[in-house]
Amino acid sequence: MIRVENLTKSFNGLAATDGLTCCFERNRISVILGGSGSGKSTLLKLLSGLEKPDSGKVFFDDQELTAMSRKELYAARKKMGMLFQGSALFNYLNVFENIAFPLREHTRLAEPVVKTVVKMKLELVGLRGIEGLMPSQLSGGMAKRIGLARAIAMDPKVVFYDEPTSGLDPISAGVISKLILDFNRALGVTSIVVSHDIHSSLKIADRVFILFHGKLVAEGTPQEIMQSGDPRVVQFISGEPEGPIPFSRTDKDYFEDIMIP
Amino acid sequence: MTAMRLASSIGRRSVDLVGLAGRSVIFLAESLSCGWLPPLRLKRIGDQIAFIGAKSVPIILLTGLFTGMVLGLQVYHNLGKFGSSGLLGSVVALSIIRELGPVLSALMVAGRAGSSITAEIGIMRITEQMSALEMMAVNPVKYVITPKLYASLVAMPILTVFFNLAGILGGYVVGVWWLGVDGHAFFSETARSVALSDIMGGLLKSVVFGLAVSWACCLIGYTAVPTTEGVTRATTRAVVVSSVAVLVLDYLLTSLLL
Repeated sequence: MIRVENLTKSFNGLAATDGLTCCFERNRISVILGGSGSGKSTLLKLLSGLEKPDSGKVFFDDQELTAMSRKELYAARKKMGMLFQGSALFNYLNVFENIAFPLREHTRLAEPVVKTVVKMKLELVGLRGIEGLMPSQLSGGMAKRIGLARAIAMDPKVVFYDEPTSGLDPISAGVISKLILDFNRALGVTSIVVSHDIHSSLKIADRVFILFHGKLVAEGTPQEIMQSGDPRVVQFISGEPEGPIPFSRTDKDYFEDIMIP
Repeated sequence: MTAMRLASSIGRRSVDLVGLAGRSVIFLAESLSCGWLPPLRLKRIGDQIAFIGAKSVPIILLTGLFTGMVLGLQVYHNLGKFGSSGLLGSVVALSIIRELGPVLSALMVAGRAGSSITAEIGIMRITEQMSALEMMAVNPVKYVITPKLYASLVAMPILTVFFNLAGILGGYVVGVWWLGVDGHAFFSETARSVALSDIMGGLLKSVVFGLAVSWACCLIGYTAVPTTEGVTRATTRAVVVSSVAVLVLDYLLTSLLL
């Protein structure tokens, strides 16, 4: 479904993705794991075309996303949905209008049909009845679910999830995980999840990708990842502060660094 | 060595400045031109006219009234020395229609609507609402920026007319009611001295100022560093830049129009 070849992107000389090549399969839940600053959010932006890579290619449905004109990109975007980390609901629109937004922009559905579709999407996320609330009145978990309802309003083929469970209580996080799983199993949505929440994501993943400093260090099913002997993977899963992924960000010798010359 | 460093820093600054100017012009050209492609988003423009225009009316009327009143006082006391206080109406009307109306309206709009335009755009970027629009295949520039630019082009001249009317009324109140200038003379002098070219010149200024204010505020909001501090700074900068731009442009336009 989505394939990347030799993808490189850096900010101020720091590589966010570094020669990445991988493939995210259709109708599967792919989870991209990595610590903060490992380049996983950037990868999501590159996959959805929000950022342009320095070099390399992204293929969406065998079309080269990175070579598309704005018009073609927007046509491809109608097959994509994204759940943003902060939900990104429009704060001047209420819940109903937020979910109806893509429908009103891209379809000529009559108002009663829009209403029905919005209700159906709200039912999917279990929040029917709060249509009139403003985003500022929602809790973090509810806002995520509304964001999810908006992301799937146009019945996309692919949904990108940026840290879907971070900052949520365990029950809300569980709800979001269940919804990701439901959409995938029931609606066949290809799902690409970026996360650092190992336990939530290993439960729902069909395939796991572990990123470190913009490079892919491991790829496999959750079982393969759990049994991996790669010390970097072991360290990430067990959450050890020291290991092949160093605690200190600098290679410079501490003693030399603090010595007065 | 210092000379070298000075030269290189001047050079770098100049290159940055030219780059910024180029990007600003491209930003304006893109945002204005994409307004002509369907969907036209007239409702968004209408909403923005209501926000930038209609909601500024009370503050514009208030500042206009007091500007006219203070002008009335000043002119009466200074013209009185030459025994020509009958000219009060025309002096007040001309200074307001030509200069104070367009300039002060633009400054008020920069402070009231401009700052919130910058903050709104900046916050939409921080909270990824701009990216969300992009992901929903809606061009964020066309949806957010373009309506603000066109709305200010429409709203600013109308606000200036309100300012002018309130200003002349203020001059009338002070001059005729309180200081005893002949009311008939006030209006006949005003009607005699104000030419259509004065009014058109003032309105032309207000259109240019409207565009300048919204252009600066939109651009600064759109390019703000997407953090809380970045947006705070951008908001302050937007008001400063757009106010200075109004005054500089006023000088340039006046020297062209005279």
